[in-house]
Amino acid sequence: MNWADLNLMPALPELFMSVAILVILMLDAFISDAKRGLHYGLALLTLAGCAVLQVQTYSAVPVHTFSGMFVSDALSSLVKLAMYGSTAMVLVYSRQYIADRGLLRGEFFSLALFALLGMNIMVSASHFLSLYMGLELLSLSLYSLIALQRDEVKATEAAMKYFVLGALASGLLLYGISMIYGATGTLDLALVAKAIKLHTANDMLLVFGLVFIVAGLCFKLGTVPFHMWVPDVYQGSATAVTLMVGAAPKLAAFVFVLRILVQGMEAMVADWQAMLALVAVLSMAIGNITAIAQTNIKRMLAYSTISHMGFLLLGLLAGTPDGYAAALFYSLIYVLMSMVSFGILLGLSRAGFECETLDDLKGLNSRNSWYALLMLLTMFSMAGVPPLAGFYAKFAVIKAIVDIHLYWLAIIAVMMSLIGAFYYLRVVKNIYFDEAQDTSAIVMRADMKLVLSINAVALLVLGMLPERVIELCIQAMKQSLTVI
Amino acid sequence: MLTLTHFLVLAAILFAISVLGIFLNRKNLIVLLMAIELMLLAVNFNFIAFSHYLSDTAGQIFVFFILTVAAAESAIGLAILVVLFRNMRTINVEDLGSLKG
Repeated sequence: MNWADLNLMPALPELFMSVAILVILMLDAFISDAKRGLHYGLALLTLAGCAVLQVQTYSAVPVHTFSGMFVSDALSSLVKLAMYGSTAMVLVYSRQYIADRGLLRGEFFSLALFALLGMNIMVSASHFLSLYMGLELLSLSLYSLIALQRDEVKATEAAMKYFVLGALASGLLLYGISMIYGATGTLDLALVAKAIKLHTANDMLLVFGLVFIVAGLCFKLGTVPFHMWVPDVYQGSATAVTLMVGAAPKLAAFVFVLRILVQGMEAMVADWQAMLALVAVLSMAIGNITAIAQTNIKRMLAYSTISHMGFLLLGLLAGTPDGYAAALFYSLIYVLMSMVSFGILLGLSRAGFECETLDDLKGLNSRNSWYALLMLLTMFSMAGVPPLAGFYAKFAVIKAIVDIHLYWLAIIAVMMSLIGAFYYLRVVKNIYFDEAQDTSAIVMRADMKLVLSINAVALLVLGMLPERVIELCIQAMKQSLTVI
Repeated sequence: MLTLTHFLVLAAILFAISVLGIFLNRKNLIVLLMAIELMLLAVNFNFIAFSHYLSDTAGQIFVFFILTVAAAESAIGLAILVVLFRNMRTINVEDLGSLKG
């Protein structure tokens, strides 16, 4: 390779982010504890800078760099912008919460940005090596973020469980990748796709590898039967970290799955479609039914995540560009919804008090009717009530599987979303029709109040006018998936 | 004469031992971390065998990266283990039960 050929432009946002993280880390050694707010400002500034660079370096055709390991295309640009936005919102929501718990330190921000860098690499990878490195950067940062609350028994236990199961998932994924490598003789996704299409690969090794890869991916997405870590991690982590684990990484994991299964192994669609259909049905069923039995709201939302991931897989397993676009739309909406629900929990928590059981939400309407309304919007959206965005997202993925005539799957999906409505509506009942047990005033920073309101109202607006965003998703899929 | 199959079977056996080590071990978290290391080494075995058989160096380079990540991973794993031990005074897997529902 010739150094003069190295084009760094497509990776400019990532390079900027790496430098900014190092600056934040260095600065941490020099400033006093009282000025930790500086890190918060710098982290937000970094995200804004990345977003600007992302828009500036956008090109209409996919650009490969680093010897074909890294690609910048419409899909990666769209998802990265969404991840910058969601990470910035997570930081805004967490500001007061982490300050109250002594987590407002340089490590929190640098680890959050390292995780984001890992996600960026996952989203832009076009080679198994870069996919793996991005995934590990994300996972290792998240393990340490959870364990950052080091005097908390629950947090360290959650970190340990996440670590062991995450490492197991990486192992399964790598074992699968090694099989694919053996069968096709290459690690480049485009060349893997070509080898599979031309039938020059060993079929038995391929199917064997695919099973391991799907298992590893299901672990990372948190779908049944590999969902055991999700509720424990959601419950055990500090709520700010839960939000960090639950929002943007799901988006990155979705694109990760898309890159491997669709860009790399689309010729084997019949094989992975059957596996994903089974996983999706189990996730929707077990996620929704188990969520009913929960009294801890973080745990309940964890099971709800599992069922949402099942819905997301429906779009993916359709195997059509419209299905992929529907799944992308679903993941974007899912991120917005989980941000509001955890944002409210963060806002209701204060020094010495964690808002984490369903009882803590009782009578929220009498304490503050605006937050009650925001929570109502989110719960209705998660349940899929029109005209909120969650309805349109569910509608799009179900339409994608009806288009390929998997009617039984569509019927199961609709039934499961009906079951799910029960526990979402129970939250609404607690908020509006029960007596408040805790009547202390709710104090939120002004910036958080503003962002949270915009975030929740966006669910309503996107639910009524989804065409723009879904069109964007379809364009991104078309541009990124056809030119390989 | 050693063929590719021999290597693959050995890697598969190592991999199976490590998965069993993770799921059957109910006593000690350190054994769990060892099982995770063993799993990554089994994968490395696979990569090197394929790389040699295909006369392609990419697999061997991948192994270097896996080794590096495995080192970072065990550092973080042991750090979490130390924190956990400070909080709970035990590293018995069965005692990890505060998160339930």
